[in-house]
Amino acid sequence: MLRPRIIPSLLIHDKGLVKTVKFKDHKYIGDPINAVKIFNEKEVDELAIFDIDATVLGNEPNYILIEKLANQSRMPLCYGGGVKTVKQAQRIFSLGVEKIALSSSIIQNPNLITEISEKVGSQSVIVVLDVKKKLVGGYEIYTHNGKKSTGISPIKFAKMAQKLGAGEVIINSIDNDGMMNGFDMNIITKVREEITIPLTVLGGAGNLEDMKKVILKNGIIGVAAGSLFVFRGVYKAVLINYPSKEEKNTIYKSLNI
Amino acid sequence: MITIIDYGVGNIFAFQNVFKRLNISSRIAKCVEDLKEVDKLILPGVGHFDYAMSQLNNSGMRERIDELVLVEKKPVIGICVGMQMMANKSDEGTLDGLGWIDANVKKFNELTIQHHTKLPHMGWNDVKPNENHPLFKGLEQESIFYFLHSFYFNCKDQKNIISTTDYGINFASSVHKENIFGIQFHPEKSHSYGEKLLENFAKL
Repeated sequence: MLRPRIIPSLLIHDKGLVKTVKFKDHKYIGDPINAVKIFNEKEVDELAIFDIDATVLGNEPNYILIEKLANQSRMPLCYGGGVKTVKQAQRIFSLGVEKIALSSSIIQNPNLITEISEKVGSQSVIVVLDVKKKLVGGYEIYTHNGKKSTGISPIKFAKMAQKLGAGEVIINSIDNDGMMNGFDMNIITKVREEITIPLTVLGGAGNLEDMKKVILKNGIIGVAAGSLFVFRGVYKAVLINYPSKEEKNTIYKSLNI
Repeated sequence: MITIIDYGVGNIFAFQNVFKRLNISSRIAKCVEDLKEVDKLILPGVGHFDYAMSQLNNSGMRERIDELVLVEKKPVIGICVGMQMMANKSDEGTLDGLGWIDANVKKFNELTIQHHTKLPHMGWNDVKPNENHPLFKGLEQESIFYFLHSFYFNCKDQKNIISTTDYGINFASSVHKENIFGIQFHPEKSHSYGEKLLENFAKL
């Protein structure tokens, strides 16, 4: 049985790990390599790491750091941040990363999805869409850490990304980021209806029940979280954590797949 | 020594780290001069079939690797695309495969996959070993590995299949012919299950 994936999502800012609320208010969490080591011990399904500085500052991906992260990672690793060309993507693959997340570059030039997937295989090309509710209803994609609006509908873009050769879509809710009060089920259902490639959702998980809800409704899906896996308690003390094998098995059992 | 072939297609260090933790010495081969005193070979792979094939063909190591595997009969294990490269050809590309095992690589038929999410086959799935195969020693009861692929290894000779995995069809998640092994999943990224499998390979 293929299982749903439960994925810690880590943000790199100024070489350290941070966690945000609605893409703002960076709180320092610790050292990225150390976090990877702890997640190794916890045998996590997959790990996603996003460099939130690279695109905004116009930097190249930090290959030295990516290599260190990939070397340490005993679980599948997805890297995102500042990847704009086929060459950069290939270089990151050669460092031992399984999946590359693309966002602002493919929103500007969707054909880049095809160019990269033709070289590296579509299974490794991940499209990340940072989405925000519009005041007038519906959703819109943002880039540059939620600062630039694009006017593009995530539902339409996800469908196009699949056609162009993407292997997975990650929907990241800006409104729910760091709020820990549940996923935005509405956008998840809408995007899911449009695509058959794997979908991963990020933004809002406050406890395992929130993840279970999404899995029960959607079956095979990736559920990602930041705050849930790096904080403990109402005062948000930093404590890296992850559900045990038994806790995960309970979720799978209730799925009956 | 166990030699990991580095032809610019990922995952090299992940393997080396696994062996380090297991206290098994391994080394990386980047050019033909590094392919000396080889006991066993690891052929990793991620990405597109043609890209991986052309990288290997242009690495300067192709001829020597063929010799080590086909003439000197050194045990070799191909991982993911590294396994698919051992076939005659792949629907994913146009280049010839290594042709070490009589097989073609085919794309999954989405119509056979019952759930909404179709391809790629991404995530943790059960691997069912067919027999008491030494590669799966200690993994008979529970064997869950990480998969990331849309194409599968379609053997001509069913006897080459040593484990199957259900993804719409029961496909060959690992194969074995003489000194040649191929596994579709990623042991280097499959925690303790993967470590056990690589340890078993090292001890063959």
